[in-house]
Amino acid sequence: MMSMVFNEDQRILQDSVRAFCHENAPVSELRRVRDEKDEDGFSRSLWQQMVALGWAGMTIPEEYGGFGFGYTGLEIVLEETGRTLVPTPLVSTVLFCATALHLGGSEAQKLSLLPKIAAGEVLLALAHEESALHNPVRVETQAVANTDGFTLNGKKCFVLDGHVADQLIVVARNSGEQEDTDGISLFLVDRQAPGVEVQRLNVVDSRNAANIGFANVQVPADALIGELGDGYSILEKVLDVARIGLAAEMLGNAQEIFDRVIEYLKQREQFGIPIGAFQGLQHRAAHMYSELELCRSAVRRAFSELDGAQEEIPVLASIAKAKLAEVLEDISNEGVQMHGGIGMTDEFDIGFFLKRARVVQALLGDANFHRDRYASLNGF
Amino acid sequence: MQTLAAFRQSTRAWLEENCPASMRTAMEEDEVVWGGRQAEFKNPDSKLWLERMAAKGWTTPTWPKEYGGGGLSKEENIVLLQELQRINARQALNSFGISMLGPVLLEYGTAEQKAEHIPKIVRGEIRWCQGYSEPGSGSDLASLSTKAVLDGDDYVLNGAKVWTSYADKADWIFCLVRTDFEAAKHSGISFILFDMQSPGVTTRPIQLISGASPFCETFFEDVRVPAKQLVGKLNDGWTIAKRLLQHERTMISGFGLSTSNAGRKPDSASLEGVAMRIRGDSNKLSDAVLRNEIARHKIDSEAFAFTSQRSMEEAKQSKGPNATSSMLKNYGCELNKRRYELLLKGLGTQGLGWSSSDYSDFSALELKTTREWLRSKGNSIEGGTAEIQLNVIAKRVLGLPDMPTLIKKGG
Ligand SMILES: Cc1cc2nc3c(=O)[nH]c(=O)nc-3n(C[C@H](O)[C@H](O)[C@H](O)COP(=O)(O)OP(=O)(O)OC[C@H]3O[C@@H](n4cnc5c(N)ncnc54)[C@H](O)[C@@H]3O)c2cc1C
Repeated sequence: MMSMVFNEDQRILQDSVRAFCHENAPVSELRRVRDEKDEDGFSRSLWQQMVALGWAGMTIPEEYGGFGFGYTGLEIVLEETGRTLVPTPLVSTVLFCATALHLGGSEAQKLSLLPKIAAGEVLLALAHEESALHNPVRVETQAVANTDGFTLNGKKCFVLDGHVADQLIVVARNSGEQEDTDGISLFLVDRQAPGVEVQRLNVVDSRNAANIGFANVQVPADALIGELGDGYSILEKVLDVARIGLAAEMLGNAQEIFDRVIEYLKQREQFGIPIGAFQGLQHRAAHMYSELELCRSAVRRAFSELDGAQEEIPVLASIAKAKLAEVLEDISNEGVQMHGGIGMTDEFDIGFFLKRARVVQALLGDANFHRDRYASLNGF
Repeated sequence: MQTLAAFRQSTRAWLEENCPASMRTAMEEDEVVWGGRQAEFKNPDSKLWLERMAAKGWTTPTWPKEYGGGGLSKEENIVLLQELQRINARQALNSFGISMLGPVLLEYGTAEQKAEHIPKIVRGEIRWCQGYSEPGSGSDLASLSTKAVLDGDDYVLNGAKVWTSYADKADWIFCLVRTDFEAAKHSGISFILFDMQSPGVTTRPIQLISGASPFCETFFEDVRVPAKQLVGKLNDGWTIAKRLLQHERTMISGFGLSTSNAGRKPDSASLEGVAMRIRGDSNKLSDAVLRNEIARHKIDSEAFAFTSQRSMEEAKQSKGPNATSSMLKNYGCELNKRRYELLLKGLGTQGLGWSSSDYSDFSALELKTTREWLRSKGNSIEGGTAEIQLNVIAKRVLGLPDMPTLIKKGG
C-alpha cells in the first residue's frame, strides 16, 4: 500500500498551493463573486493563474498535455481551495470531466480535449443527476440513434458550472428501463448547440449550478464516449473518483472551520477568561479534532488507492464521502455555535463554510447514501 | 543489513516452520499467554510458540538485541507484523511488561536495571502489574499518598493501591510512591519496582460487573524495597509515569482495531453477521436502522484503522508515542464500546443471558458477548478516563488554556 503521509514533493506542492490561496484566493473572493453577482460565478483571470500553476493538468498524463502529478496532486489543490472556498471550475472540469475523458474517451477525444483542459482553454460540466437526490442509475434522458448520430431529449438538474461550460458530458439512456445500468451512454454536447436550454440556479453556497433541458439536440456519432449502452461502467468509476475528490474539498472546509474555532476559543474572553478554558467547549473541540484525524486518514487512504492499487476504490470512496459528510455537518454547525452571535452574521466568514458544506455533503451522495452503499458493498 | 524483501522472505519461511498450526487460529480470552512464575498454558503449543518467538526476541521485536529483544527496525517490525497477520498467528506473549514497563525502562532505567528486568520480560518469565491508582487518587493521580521512606539502603512502603489489574497473579509491580511530602504534588513522586512476594504485600480481588475478578486492592505494610530499584531520579517519577501512560494508551487504543474486513463478506462473528443470523436474513440486513448504524460503525472502524496506521508512519519521524495517543485511546475505546452495544442490539434477548448449563438456551459465543459488553465499559475508565483524554487533547494538542481562576476559588 502507498504511504498515507505526504512525500517531499507533495509537501512542497501543498505549501505553494496554500500560499497562493491565502494571497490570491481568500474567502473574500467568494464574497466578491456573490456580491457582484458575477456573470461567470468565478474569476476567469484567477483561474488562468491557477492553470499557469498546473492545477488544471494535475491528473492529466503528460502525453495529453498534463503534468501527471497524480490524484494526490489534485487532492492537495482541492483541500487547499476548500479551505478558502474559492470558486473555480476544478471540480466540474478537472475532477469530473477530465477523469471521464481519461477513463472512457477515445484517443481522438482525449487528444482534442485533455490538452485544452490542462491549458485552461475549455471548461466542461457533467450533466448527470435528474432528481433532487443522488441516484447514479436514474437516467430518463433519451438518446436515439439516427443516421447523423444521436438525438437527445430530457432534463438534468444541479449541473455544476453548467452555465459556463463549453462542453457538457451528458448521461443519457439509449435502451433499458429507468434504473437499469445497461443502456446508459455518455455524450459530449456543445452547450451552445440548438435545443440546449440552460437555466442558471442561485444556490445557497453562491457557487455555480444549472438545470439543463435537451430538446431534440442533435450530436454527431463521434460524440459518444465509450461504447454505446456501456456508459455506466465509466460513470461508476468517475463518480467514485469525484466522491473522493469532494471529500478532499470537505476536509479543507472542515479543517479551516476547526482552525478558526480554536483561534477564537483562545482569544474571545467571557467571565474574565478565554472561553477556551471552559471544559464544555474543550471536550467538543477535542472530539472535533479526533473526528478530523479520522477524516484526514479516510481521504489520504482513498487517494493512495487512486494513485496505487485501485482495487478498493468503491468502498474507500464511500468511506470517505460518508465520514466527511457526517463530520463536516457537525463541525460546520459547531463553527457557528462556538462563535456565538457573530457566527450568525453575514459579515463574518463562517457562514460561507456552513453553506458550502451542505452543498458538497449532498453532491454525489450524502452520508446515508454512502452508508447504504458501504453496507451493500460489504454484503449486508 | 538485509533488504526488506529478503527479510520478509526469511521471516515468512521461519514462521512457516515454527508457528504451530494451533497457533494460527482465533484465541479465546482464557488462552492468552501472560507469562510469569505461575504462567498457564491451556494449550502446550502456546508454550512452544512462546519459547520460539522469545528465542528470536520477537515477543518484543524492536527492543535492543543486547537485552534479548529482536533488534528490528520499525520497517522490519511492520513486515513482521504483516507476516504474522498473514498466517493469523496468535500473539505469543501479552504483558504489561511489554506494553508498558519495558519501553520506559529502556528509556529511563540504569544499565543494571535493564539487564536484570528486560530479558525476563522478553521471555515472559516475570509478569508485571501496575500500581498507580489509589482509593483517593484516580484521575487526579498525582495526588497519590502511598509513602516510601528511606531507611538505610531500603525504602519502606506503606499505603494502598486499587484497581491493580492482575495483582494477584503478577510477580512484580511498578509502582508510584510519594518520596517528598513537602513538595508540590507532581514533584514528590518516585517510580519504583519490587517483588510482589516481598513481606507486607497483600492483595484482595475485586469482582467486576462482568463477573470476572481481574483486578485487586493491593496493600503495602512496611514493605522493604532496595533503594536501587527506584527508576530514574528521586522525586522525578511523574515524568516516567506520564510516559508510561502514553504507551499504555497506545496499547489500549488497539481495542478499537476490530477484525479486518478481508473479503468484504459478513462472517459469523461480525456485527452484521450476528444481526443477520438472528433475523434470518440472507443477503441484506432487514432492520434498516440497525444496518445504517452498523455501516456507520464499520466506516468509523476502518477510518480509525487508517488513522493508527498513519500515526505509525508519522511516528517513524518522531520519537515514540505522544499526546495523539490520547486521541487514539479515546476513539478506540469508544468504538469498542459502540461495537458491543450494536452486538447486543443485533442479538436481541439472545444477548442478555448470564449463564447456561448446556448452551441450548444461550450459545457460548452469546454468553461471551454479554460478558465482554460489560467489560467494555471499563475501556473508557482504565488508562485514564475518556474525560481525562479529552482534557489532554484540549490542552496538549490544541493548546487551549487552563481555568486558573475558578480552580483557585475552589470551584
Ligand atoms: C478495567 C480496569 C482496569 C484498571 N487497571 C488498573 C491497573 O492495573 N492499575 C492501576 O493503577 N489502575 C487501574 N485502573 C484504574 C483506572 O486508572 C482509574 O479507575 C481511572 O484512572 C479513574 O479513576 P477513578 O476510578 O478514581 O475515577 P475518578 O477519577 O473518581 O473519576 C470519576 C468520574 O469523574 C470524571 N473526572 C475526574 N476528573 C475529571 C476532570 N478533571 N475533568 C472531567 N471529568 C473528570 C472521570 O472522568 C469519571 O467519569 C483500572 C480501571 C479499570 C476500569
